[in-house]
Amino acid sequence: MPDVSSNLSQAVPLEAEQPAFEPRVVAFFCTWCTYMAADLAGTSRMKYAPNVRVIRVMCSGRIDPQFVLAAFANGADGVLIGGCHPGDCHYQEGNYNCLRRVRLLKRVLEELGIEEDRFRLEWISAAEGDRVRVVINDMVEKLRALGPLQMKKEVALRPLSPEEHALQEVAV
Amino acid sequence: MAESKDIDRNGVQIGVYVCHCGTNIAGTVDVKALTEYAATLPGVTMARNYKYVCSTPGQELIKRDIHELGLNRIVVAACSPCLHEKTFRNVVAEAGLNPYYFQMVNIREHDSWVHTDKRAATEKGKDLIRAAVRRVRLHKPLERKRVSINPAVLIVGGGIAGIHAALTMANAGKHVYLVERDATIGGHMAMFDKTFPTLDCAACILTPKMTAVKSHHNITLWTLSEVTQVDGYVGNYQVTIKHKPRYVIEDACVGCMECIDACVYKQAKVPDEFNMYLGKRKPIYIPFPQAVPQVVVIDRESCIEFKSGKCKKTCVEVCADRKAIDFKQQETTETIEVGTIILATGFFTFDAKRVPYYGYGIYPNVYTGLEVERLINAAGPTNGEVILRDGRKPQRVAIVHCVGSRDENTNRYCSRVCCMYSLKLAHLIKEKTEAEVFNFYIDMRTPGKGFEEFYNRVADEGTHFVRGRVADIYPNPGDGGRLLVCAEDTLMSTVRKIPVDMVVLSTGLEPQADAQDVRRRFHITCSTEGFFLERHPKLAPVNTFTDGVFLAGCCQGPKDIPDTVAQAGAAAAEALALIDIGYIEQEPNTAHVLEEVCSGCKTCIPLCPYQAISFAENKKKAEINEVLCKGCGTCVASCPSGSVQQNLFEDEQIFAEIEGLLAYA
Amino acid sequence: MTREKPKIAFYWCASCGGCEEAVVDLAEEILDVVAAADIVFWPVALDFKRRDVEQMPDGSILATFLNGAIRTSEQEEMAKLLRRKSKLLVAFGSCSHLGGIPGLANLFTRESILQTVYFETPTTENPECVLPGVPGKDGNGKLTLPYFSERVRALDQVVEVDYYLPGCPPLPRIITRAVATLLGEHLPDKGSVLAPDEALCTECPRKDSKPEKIALKSFKRPQEILIDETQCLLAQGLLCLGPATRAGCEAPCVQGNMPCTGCCGPPGRVRDQGAKALSAIASLVDSQDEQEIDTVLASIPDPVGTFYRYSLPASLLAHSRKV
Repeated sequence: MPDVSSNLSQAVPLEAEQPAFEPRVVAFFCTWCTYMAADLAGTSRMKYAPNVRVIRVMCSGRIDPQFVLAAFANGADGVLIGGCHPGDCHYQEGNYNCLRRVRLLKRVLEELGIEEDRFRLEWISAAEGDRVRVVINDMVEKLRALGPLQMKKEVALRPLSPEEHALQEVAV
Repeated sequence: MAESKDIDRNGVQIGVYVCHCGTNIAGTVDVKALTEYAATLPGVTMARNYKYVCSTPGQELIKRDIHELGLNRIVVAACSPCLHEKTFRNVVAEAGLNPYYFQMVNIREHDSWVHTDKRAATEKGKDLIRAAVRRVRLHKPLERKRVSINPAVLIVGGGIAGIHAALTMANAGKHVYLVERDATIGGHMAMFDKTFPTLDCAACILTPKMTAVKSHHNITLWTLSEVTQVDGYVGNYQVTIKHKPRYVIEDACVGCMECIDACVYKQAKVPDEFNMYLGKRKPIYIPFPQAVPQVVVIDRESCIEFKSGKCKKTCVEVCADRKAIDFKQQETTETIEVGTIILATGFFTFDAKRVPYYGYGIYPNVYTGLEVERLINAAGPTNGEVILRDGRKPQRVAIVHCVGSRDENTNRYCSRVCCMYSLKLAHLIKEKTEAEVFNFYIDMRTPGKGFEEFYNRVADEGTHFVRGRVADIYPNPGDGGRLLVCAEDTLMSTVRKIPVDMVVLSTGLEPQADAQDVRRRFHITCSTEGFFLERHPKLAPVNTFTDGVFLAGCCQGPKDIPDTVAQAGAAAAEALALIDIGYIEQEPNTAHVLEEVCSGCKTCIPLCPYQAISFAENKKKAEINEVLCKGCGTCVASCPSGSVQQNLFEDEQIFAEIEGLLAYA
Repeated sequence: MTREKPKIAFYWCASCGGCEEAVVDLAEEILDVVAAADIVFWPVALDFKRRDVEQMPDGSILATFLNGAIRTSEQEEMAKLLRRKSKLLVAFGSCSHLGGIPGLANLFTRESILQTVYFETPTTENPECVLPGVPGKDGNGKLTLPYFSERVRALDQVVEVDYYLPGCPPLPRIITRAVATLLGEHLPDKGSVLAPDEALCTECPRKDSKPEKIALKSFKRPQEILIDETQCLLAQGLLCLGPATRAGCEAPCVQGNMPCTGCCGPPGRVRDQGAKALSAIASLVDSQDEQEIDTVLASIPDPVGTFYRYSLPASLLAHSRKV
């Protein structure tokens, strides 16, 4: 049986010389635990990678899966969610709701070709400033290794032949 | 709140203020570059940087720009919103705009303080400002709601913290419900003999306050009672309280205690909890002579009437017409309404059996500090004599510090009081027995008024101090039951094995065993160690993250009596401050249903932990009670048709923030 | 007095033909449509050619109802042609609206699809390795199949769309109402979906049977249980997407004792139907333990196929990451 893939995608276009890849991470932190922990990391002058931008929400339960998708869609290489430890939610149960959504969303993202390390949920209490540092550094490191987000289903295709280009040009 | 101008979104004019915070921000972030960048963003009319935007001139600058340039949205890039969001909202309001036409950007805690690369920190600042500028365009004017505050207060726990807070509040004319789960108030302090470093008698200073609680017309005291449920919100809590049966009608009992004498048990046979099981009591008893209320209690576990139903009930006979004894008493519950709550639920002493190599529970002459406290006490099981279980007077005593504290295997924290109470016990044991006393310590921690002086005094009295953690305690073979205490003396660099008659383990303080249940009931959080978490370790040490719930005493962390009393007073003052204003302004970040488009699918209803969402049968749609809503937004994220929105955190506002963060060139 | 009747057109792209059936299903009502408008192009029923359309003046068709997603170069050409010739372009049916079932092909690479379809299926004989877009030979001469593009797109990802008619296929009642609206004087806002902007529960016959709290230890597939014909399907553990799906169809699937699969797309406030649906469904899981949550969720065998059955090409992720 002939293999069509060699016919369709022999040549991956050469990447031009580019500046070193710096991953971008959008983080959604709940105001009571993880946002406070990030503040604590600040007041304690801990140092961590500058790749994360935090969006504050009242509770991890507010994080709509649409926000995660929107972040990836707009160019984030990773999304980090931070909430209170199980049992510690300021609103009692919001973090459990977050957990349920995240578990299901993770399966969807994986199926859509987004690597597991790009989407992370961490429980970080207001007292755990160092955990913010450790998690962010670790995530950025992993994203650096993964490279920019590219959905794996969109493998590079061979360049079109002139005839095919002509076909693509709409003649009307 | 100043009258607000509603603003047409098309006429958005944004002012961006970048704070230097001295060099705190400007040292790492190029504030000038941020300002120049902000000025290029769509909608931005004015962008400035200033040394301290939160200062009075900084605030005036914003107000002037609002008036002179017609700004109608303000973005301040400075410290954490947790610090100054309120400040700047007020500035915006004072200038005549709605205070919620404001967004704060955290370029200090989340940027300049955590990064060293200036370029990267500046780029991050640009992204954050761009997100805020996009977001603030979509902000809507909001009103804070005022909720009145019920002046009654609930105080949970009748130890010295609860007692002091109760008296403070009651003296200020507020009604106090004091709930204690034991049969008497007094807590741990009632068990102590003397208190360090002044050596005044604990009972002498505590019992007048206990009596004052009982007789105070503003205090409702409930012993043998527990809080089972807390509903509502600051100013308007509904609290359900369970009253366990005492089998004695409190109002009928006069505390004559004739029933105790008359009990069919001629001898006291039941191990006595108050005396750390070193003494005995009868099934009908009073916990200790000064107990408040002065009312007996029946222990159904040991009472023959409860066990067999065939007791002669001599207690009932002797009670006669007073008819105070009621074997049929049932558990009851009642609900009260209060505006504020003070938690003073105290601590749990570390279980020394968790350090098996110290032999507690194995060797009879190994005691805990609290047990010795009872032995020393004149009202204790030995009438104040420090004697061993076999009746001997100890001649050599070892006191082991840091049992269950500063230990990787148990608790890493210092329990703060053990060094001082170990010194106190050393002094008292020596005084009572003239024994030779050895204190084994890691570090001697005496940071308090008169503490170091007390240490010197005890040292001068001849107590031996060995610096070293005790590694093992075991019987000294052929030495008549004496124990060997082994430790490396780190000052002498030798291993010492000291034979003693008695070992006192200075056990540390732990959170109450049910602290996790309690904090869930009151919607507060715990620190890693399990003590209740204060809102801010320095600036809000008695507040919690739940408005209207305050902390006093060791439930927040180990502390001594003076600190406990000071904290109890502070908690009472915080509660009084709330009550005095009479109302509280609530953040308007509540959720609401877009009624015309809600399909009534009910997905949101069970997700609300506050039962704020209900199904309106007439409209077949969900409804949110704004007063009950606390603004978590869980229902918003779960609404499958986007028909629930949260003020300040609307979907479109958050999308704008996401897109803004990532819309870099 | 006679006046020229407005012209309308129907066309199909990547679709199953069900949308054409839906027009036919109008039955006598099609006569009302014909009475009100001239059908100038409808390849499935009337013999018009592409060149007939090319000869029409630009903008001369009042409305074109185009069903099917866009996958091939020919479909893209026709979409652009009809866009030019029409005042209003209406995306007709789920495929055109959101990408539809053909959109699930975006889970696979173009290569793997071609490999399967042109070489691997048991009945395929293709010794000359003919592929779409690559010139080949038939008996008489040169033959070129339209180029098969990298991914399936919804119509508005190719051309500007004025209105959307949701459904797989749109129900007759939605079609007649929409045609009447478009022929009427007051046009709805451009970009509108011509169906109510609420979720399906509004008009579900089983709405009243839905309990306030549903807590599930596992999700069920229709073949696994005996479905109670009166009770809310979600409450029975079935993955009904009604709460996340636009109303207007009056729940024929539920009336047929089958759960809603989401063909009408999300209400207007939702940017991503799948994300919103999964958010609501996840909240039904009766557990706080991560492992147990995973076990419960494992009873959803195909989350993407479930939550994005009709909307994958229009999802937030796919939408923004065009190849």
